Amino acid sequence: MESNAVNKKRKNHFNLKRLQAESVIFHTINYLLLIGLCVIMLYPMLNTLALSFNDGLDAVRGGIRLWPRRFTLNNYETLFSVPTVFPAFRISIYRTIVTVITNLVFTSMLAYAISRPEYKLGKPIALIVVITMYFNAGLIPHFILRQSLGLLNTFAVLWFPSMISAFNLIIIRTYMKSLPESLVESAKLDGSGDFGIYVRIIMPLCKPVLATIALFVAVGAWNEWFDAFIYNSARPDLEVLQGVLRQFLAAAMAHAAGGGGGHAAAAAAAAGAPVLATPLTLRAAITIFTALPILLVFPFLQRYIVHGMTLGGVKE
Amino acid sequence: MLMSIPMLLYVILFAYVPLGGWVMAFQNFRPRFGVGPIRNLIEAEWVGLAHFRTLLDTSGHTGARFIRALTNTVGQSLLTLVVGTISAIVLSLMLHEVRQTGIKRFIQNILYLPHFLSWMIVTVLVSMALALPVSGGIINDVLLALRIIREPIQFLAEPRYFWGIVAGANLWRNLGWNTIIYMASMTAIDPNLYEAASIDGANRYRKMWHITLATIRPTIILLIIMNIGWLLASGFEIQFFLGSGPSIARAENIDIFVLRFGIEQHNFGLATAAGVFRTGVSILLLLAANLVAKLMKQETLF
Repeated sequence: MESNAVNKKRKNHFNLKRLQAESVIFHTINYLLLIGLCVIMLYPMLNTLALSFNDGLDAVRGGIRLWPRRFTLNNYETLFSVPTVFPAFRISIYRTIVTVITNLVFTSMLAYAISRPEYKLGKPIALIVVITMYFNAGLIPHFILRQSLGLLNTFAVLWFPSMISAFNLIIIRTYMKSLPESLVESAKLDGSGDFGIYVRIIMPLCKPVLATIALFVAVGAWNEWFDAFIYNSARPDLEVLQGVLRQFLAAAMAHAAGGGGGHAAAAAAAAGAPVLATPLTLRAAITIFTALPILLVFPFLQRYIVHGMTLGGVKE
Repeated sequence: MLMSIPMLLYVILFAYVPLGGWVMAFQNFRPRFGVGPIRNLIEAEWVGLAHFRTLLDTSGHTGARFIRALTNTVGQSLLTLVVGTISAIVLSLMLHEVRQTGIKRFIQNILYLPHFLSWMIVTVLVSMALALPVSGGIINDVLLALRIIREPIQFLAEPRYFWGIVAGANLWRNLGWNTIIYMASMTAIDPNLYEAASIDGANRYRKMWHITLATIRPTIILLIIMNIGWLLASGFEIQFFLGSGPSIARAENIDIFVLRFGIEQHNFGLATAAGVFRTGVSILLLLAANLVAKLMKQETLF
C-alpha cells in the first residue's frame, strides 16, 4: 500500500515536470509564430515608408527593407507638386467630414424614432431598412438612379446617397433601447417634445456609441474611391485621394506591361491614368500619404474595435 | 417622429427604387442621348429572357466570358473563405493561449491594422510584394532565400497564381479582424471547464478541441452561412488593377464583367441581367446553406 502511494507520487511529479517543459516549449513556439505574424502584417507598410524616403534612382538597385539607404524628401516634394494631389486631398477631407456629420445626425435621429415603443411605425421601418442589408440592386440601376436625380458629376453623389446606414442604425437603436426608460418619461412629464428629448437627453447619453460609429464611418468614407470613379468620371476636379493613388497604380501597371500596348495600358487608360512611368518611390510616397489619416486615427480606433464589433453581433 | 417619414422615403429611394431597374434585364436597354432614363425604360424594347440565355450559352463569346467570370468569382471567394476561416480559427486558438493580457492586446492591435487600410492601398502593397527581386519584391526574395524556388516568379503574369493572390491579399487584410468574433465567444468560456478537464487528465490540445472549439462551433457555422451568401462577390480592386494581361483569364470576376459590359460598353441590359443572376443565386445559396445547417441541427441564421 505504502510503496504504491510513493510510486504514484513520483509518477505525478514526473508528469508535472514533463508538463511544465511541454508548456514552456508550447508558449515559446506560440509567441514566435505570433511575432512572425506581426512582422508580416507590419512589413509592407514599413517597407513602403522606407522607400518613400529613399532616392528614386537608388531604389531601383533594390534591397531597401526597413530603412532608407539614401535619404531624401524629394519624393514628397514631387508628390505635392503633382497638381491633382492637393485638390483630391481636399475633396477627400470634405467628403469624410460631410459623410460623418450627415450619417450621425440622420442615422441617430431615425434610430431614436424606431427605438420608441409607443411609435407604431417603428417596427415596420426597422424591417424595411434591415432588409436592405441583404440585397443590392446592382451597379447599373444605381448608376441610372443617380443619373435621373442629376447627381452624376457632383460633389453630392459622394455623400448624399449614403446618409443612413442600416447596420449602424440597428447598433444605435439597440444602444438607445438599453437606456433607462424613466429618463424619457420624466422629460415628457416636464413637457419636452420628442426632438427636445432626442437632442438634450438621448444624444449626450449615446456619446460612446456615436463616437465608435463616427470613427468607422470616417474610415469607410476616406477609403472609398469607386463612387468618384464611376459617377464623377467627367469631373477630374472631384477626384478623391484614393483615386489619385489608383491613377499612380494604373500607370505603374501599364509601364510594367511594356509601356505602349497590351491589356494593362488599356486598363490604365480606362482607369483615367496618365500613361507615364511613376517611380516606385513616388508611388510609395502617395501610398503613405493616403494611409496617413488612417494610421493617425488607428490608436483611437482600436479602443473601440471590439466594442463596436460585439455591438454589431446583435442579430436582428 | 414625423422626421422618420422623409428618412424612410430616402431609404426607399436609394435602396428599393433601383430594384425597379431590374426590368432592364429583360429589355434591350441602351442609354440614349437626350432621353431621360425613365422614358427610355418605358420605351425600351422587351427581349424576355434573351440576356440570360446569352449569359449562360457557353458556345457564344459573351456566355463563355460570363461563365469564366462566374467560375473566377466562386473560385476566388471559396479559396478566400476556406483559407480565411481556418486561419482565423487557428489564430484565435493561439491568441487564446496567451495569458498576459497586455501583450495579447498589443499583438491583436497590430493584427487588426491592415483591415483599416483601403483596398486601393492593399492592392499597391500586394503589387510591390509580388514584384521581381530587382523591384524589391519581398515574396520572391524570401522564397529564393529559403530555396523553395530557384528562379524568381512573375506572379502577376501567370494566371494560375491569381486566385491564390486574391485569397492571400484577403488573408493579410482580414486575418486579425476575423478573429474578433471568435475571440469574443472564447472569452465567455467558464474557466472552471478547463480546470475540470485538467483534473480528468485532458492535455492542452484535447482541451482546445473539446472545450474551446466546441464552444465557438455555433459562431463558426453562423459566419460560414453568412459568408456563403457572399460567394458571388469576391472583391474588385486586386482583380481589376492587377489582373490585366494574361492573368485576366483568372482575374475577371462578375463585378468586373458588369463594369466592362455595362459602364464601358453601354450594354445596360446584359450587365443588369448579370447582376440579377448574381443576386438570385446569392439568395438561393444563403437559403441552401441555412437549410443544410438546419437539417444537421446546427445554428442557423433564420
